Amino acid sequence: MFAFTVKRIAQAMMVMLIIGFIGFAIKHNFGDPVRDLAGERVTPAQRAEIREKLGLNDPFMVQYVRFIKNAVQGDLGQSFFFKRPALDVIVSKAPATIELVLCSSLIIILLSVPLGIYAAIKPKHLLSRFVMGASIIGVSIPVFLTAILLIYVFSVELGWLPSFGRGETVDLWGWQSGLFTADGLRHLIMPSIALSSIMLPLFIRLIRSEMMEVLETEYVKFAWAKGIKPRRVWVVHAFKNTLLPVITVGGVQLGIMVAFTILTETVFQWQGMGSMFIESVERADTSLMVAYLVMVGFIFVIVNTVVDLVYGLVNPMVRIQGRK
Amino acid sequence: MKRFGFGIKPLILVTMLLSALVLSGCGEAEKKEAKQAEAGKVTLKLAMDADPVSLDPHVQLSGGMLQYSHLVFDPLVRWTQDMKFEPRLAEKWEQIDDVTMRFHLRKDVKFHSGNPFTAEDVVYTLERLKKSVDYKGLFEPFEGAKVVDEHTVDLITKKPYGLVMPMATYIFPLDKKFYEGKDEIVKSGPSFANEHESGTGKYQVSHREQGVKMVFTQFADYWDKNTGNVEEIILTPIKNDASRVAALLSGDVDFIMPVPPTDLERIGDTKGLKLTTLPGARIITFQMNQNRREEFKNAKVRQAMVYAVDNPGIVKKIMKGFATAAGQQGPKGYAGYVEELTPRYDLEKAKQLMKEAGYENGFECTMIAPNNRYVNDEKISEAVVGMLSKINIKVNLKTMPKAQYWDQFDAQVADIQMIGWHSDTEDSANFSEFLTMCPNKETGYGQYNSGNYCNAKVDELIVASQSETDPAKRSAELQEVERILYNDAAFIPLHWQNLAWASKDNMNTEAIVNTMNFPYFGDLVIK
Repeated sequence: MFAFTVKRIAQAMMVMLIIGFIGFAIKHNFGDPVRDLAGERVTPAQRAEIREKLGLNDPFMVQYVRFIKNAVQGDLGQSFFFKRPALDVIVSKAPATIELVLCSSLIIILLSVPLGIYAAIKPKHLLSRFVMGASIIGVSIPVFLTAILLIYVFSVELGWLPSFGRGETVDLWGWQSGLFTADGLRHLIMPSIALSSIMLPLFIRLIRSEMMEVLETEYVKFAWAKGIKPRRVWVVHAFKNTLLPVITVGGVQLGIMVAFTILTETVFQWQGMGSMFIESVERADTSLMVAYLVMVGFIFVIVNTVVDLVYGLVNPMVRIQGRK
Repeated sequence: MKRFGFGIKPLILVTMLLSALVLSGCGEAEKKEAKQAEAGKVTLKLAMDADPVSLDPHVQLSGGMLQYSHLVFDPLVRWTQDMKFEPRLAEKWEQIDDVTMRFHLRKDVKFHSGNPFTAEDVVYTLERLKKSVDYKGLFEPFEGAKVVDEHTVDLITKKPYGLVMPMATYIFPLDKKFYEGKDEIVKSGPSFANEHESGTGKYQVSHREQGVKMVFTQFADYWDKNTGNVEEIILTPIKNDASRVAALLSGDVDFIMPVPPTDLERIGDTKGLKLTTLPGARIITFQMNQNRREEFKNAKVRQAMVYAVDNPGIVKKIMKGFATAAGQQGPKGYAGYVEELTPRYDLEKAKQLMKEAGYENGFECTMIAPNNRYVNDEKISEAVVGMLSKINIKVNLKTMPKAQYWDQFDAQVADIQMIGWHSDTEDSANFSEFLTMCPNKETGYGQYNSGNYCNAKVDELIVASQSETDPAKRSAELQEVERILYNDAAFIPLHWQNLAWASKDNMNTEAIVNTMNFPYFGDLVIK
């Protein structure tokens, strides 16, 4: 077990070094942040002076080693644009994104489960056909288009919902939350719908097909034969077993959803990590970009490593395979 | 179990990712939100494509920062809509001698900190400007400022200088007592001035969440009582064009800038909204690099290219009429403007010139342009490629985002390069100093002259114009420059971009905007 642990940690460190290296290589070739900082009028000599101050003139490897050294101590550098430590900026933008993802996930769960089950039980029913047809449309419209359509219908034409931003937020021990004010919730509705628009149809279809498969199995047929009430067969016997693959896919999709937030956040001026990242790219705020990549990479690597180690404890087969 | 085993890993991973973010988020205490507008307060909800990068007005020379300066600080003098000077903190001014301009300052002015405004503050501000990386070039001709008495100050230049007044529009006095000792100008890190302000302007920054929201509230002791009635301004940056327009159409904001050209018609047609436009002063051009291409050294080839480019057509079709086709650098109203230098699109003439130059069969060359810097920059360059192909010049175009563009521009990687320019001094000479004077690393002239056009006569006239204080003579020199550039076809002129603002129709938007794009929100009246 000890050897396995050491090996896994060494692997994790290698991965982090590589992520840092890739991030840094992008940074080096990405563009000149000084141009955005100093405007276009500044003479090349003055620009060089700023670059020198920021340490951008040092050779690639020097900058990389310095970055790694600082990163180990938890310092991911300063965001050029925000003039604050990059990590602080990322952390301050996180609540917005997390709340958005949370709400969309809720929408997806609350709608996809009943609709999916219904479409599986009564595949020929008009409602099922409608749901399935609508889901094809849902999957094929890009998120940003859905978002703009929503804004035009509900904000511009009907005037029911606010068109941008997070609205009023409350401070919960440093967490700026929009979940506890009426205004904040009103602002959440459209972005959450837009974000869930891609995943929701996917889940309905997934639940439906899994459920239909399960309904064909022997033990369900046996349950029918025993004369158990339909509701109990569907929910307890069939749906419970549908759930496993759905959760499996759901976990993977949740990660993908974080990526889709970039589009949603940009259209709704939702000040989360997604719009922060895309803006840092536009501004060539390379420090912030790299910090974001490295931090996300770091969390994924840590979690993966811990999970692997726990697996190793629980299931010795993993260790043996790993040793080979 | 196998299926389940595959699924739990990402699930755990995401949960931990989220909880890690939650935990780290708890450590940060944010400032409490400013209290929402009280009933009856006149509030302007403003959406722009960006917010000021800092509270320190000297940290960056950009349109956004000058817009901010006009709210929170107040200049000595400012431009009026018809390009004259209007007294602000300076009540009147007089030329004392060749190099000295005396400003008489208002006596009843207070800073946000409560300190009184005096001549000392002007001296301090000029010194600080000369230390700012972005401004020191512009204030290079100045020797400095001298206190005459508490409310009189002299601006002294090293040599006679014709642009003292335009430069005075950039002097927004800062509170010396407030900043002194902690006034370092920091571009990319924290500093006192980046987070605190004390100006003499109508508005104070009462809340700032960078990139999210900024709230300006009226300063009770503001000296000018005869201005607009807006007591609070809430500025939200909305980067996405469609979202910004939607915010206005839905009534979530009252005023937006800039207005994307695709939505001009829609906003103009909407009841309750008002579209205000003005001709702008930013010229869009292509430079033809004579150091890279032998052909471009031939004036006939350059002329042929200018004749081949249908810039009125570009204005009509691509810019939807929302620009003014140009034949010279400076727009109408500038000192060097020459009425008869009009756009010259004539394909037959272009072909003939190519023939005379001996390039009837044309040649192949490269071009670069940004794709997110100027209005429709990518479409324009594609159109120009098509137009040049008609005189057998085959152009290989590459476009890129501005984050990458300027490095490539400086490196002069292509034969034809796009550049747009707005004069910092609202004066014609500035165009030539950056775009058409012979490139010179030491003086900094021709810093953006990637065409490497070089004409001793132009340089001479521009240098002479700098120390010419007689407006008529100066104007004649600058007009001469425009004529030379026109005849030489030093560059391919396209157009001056127009400016547009959109607001609800219960305010006097048309009275507060100007061609510099510094709306004077302090003068806004909401009925």
